[in-house]
Amino acid sequence: MTRARRIKRGIGLTFVVLVLIGMMPTRVEAHLNSTGMGPVYDGLLHFLMSPEDLIPVFALALFAGLRGAAYGRRALFVLPSAWFLGGLAGLASTGNGNSLLTTMSFLLLGGLVAADAQISLRATTAIAAMLGLAHGYLNGTGMGQPGVGALALLGLVFIVFVLVALCAAFVMRLRRPWTRVAVRVMGSWIVASGLLLLGWNLRGKF
Amino acid sequence: MKDARTEVWTKCAALAVTILLCAQVVEAHIQKGEAAGFWSGVRHPISGLDHVLAMIAVGLWGAQLGAPAIWLLPVAFPMVMALGGMMGLMGIPLPGTEIGIAASAILLGSAVMFESRPRLLIAASLVGFFAIFHGYAHGTELPPGQSGLLYGIGFVIATGCLHGVGIAIGLIHRWRWGQKVVRLAGAGVAVAGLLFLWMALK
Repeated sequence: MTRARRIKRGIGLTFVVLVLIGMMPTRVEAHLNSTGMGPVYDGLLHFLMSPEDLIPVFALALFAGLRGAAYGRRALFVLPSAWFLGGLAGLASTGNGNSLLTTMSFLLLGGLVAADAQISLRATTAIAAMLGLAHGYLNGTGMGQPGVGALALLGLVFIVFVLVALCAAFVMRLRRPWTRVAVRVMGSWIVASGLLLLGWNLRGKF
Repeated sequence: MKDARTEVWTKCAALAVTILLCAQVVEAHIQKGEAAGFWSGVRHPISGLDHVLAMIAVGLWGAQLGAPAIWLLPVAFPMVMALGGMMGLMGIPLPGTEIGIAASAILLGSAVMFESRPRLLIAASLVGFFAIFHGYAHGTELPPGQSGLLYGIGFVIATGCLHGVGIAIGLIHRWRWGQKVVRLAGAGVAVAGLLFLWMALK
């Protein structure tokens, strides 16, 4: 048997074993009480289901990716850390969500992406920190009990980290001019959504 | 090289099939109108032929004009359109919206038909001016009880995709027969615009 055939056979066998393992019945952890992971998933899913948090993070990741590796690394660590600190501060206090903040995040970060703005690394760090602190604080105020809330915050910060890592890395690899233009078009869509949100918030006030 | 590419495509297809076969939670009862808001927004620009034709004409014209217009128009249009949408959401009156939308189809279609090449600033201003009318119509027609944010995201994405369709069609402009087809499409948009104008004035 040739070496190539042996490798193919090995891969085939591994695949069959993996399928069999996948088909084995396991305990259903429907309510996550036993694992204690419930609040972590709550936090994670809360972020993924909240466009007002998700889109500014996505915009920052796009911007960091457009600017390069140093910006991407800085956003990757500063944003989740600030989000966590802001969330802890929010857990210790009470307050309500502020949609004006969301609007400002959309306009600022979408605008930076659309304009492909060349701002310094220090300014990007400051923007990431402000975004994390502000949105984290608002998340924290809505999370209720501090113990459960802190776990939810962990899930949330984890997914922020993953999203920034994936998006910034993807954009950084784009080299063809039209692909970078496509990213900028996404930025303009984010600004447009921010303007519409502003109109929505000001509805009936004139 | 070709084999490697085929292998990548096969793997992608296998992954896509696997994902599609994964059991998902059935969301039969949408809460708080959130998904409804998004889908209403997506459907709004594509449910009206006047919006569809004007957006595609923007993409076609961008493709005819080439760089930098091909990317400047799709970047600028959503932002200006959102200004119109904001006015609509806020309830600020804008007279002659339907006439403006019809005029956009006539003028943009004519620009494509005659392959006119004005200065970039003039082209962007013309497109931006009409974007306000389209955005305003979207803003005023937000169904009650739905999420304004998700509705806005939905219609911005749908509008952007329509531009993308126009640009993709316009890429045939590099061939001689393609130039004629694009100009013919522009003529079709202009004629449809005349029909919309007649309906708006009726």
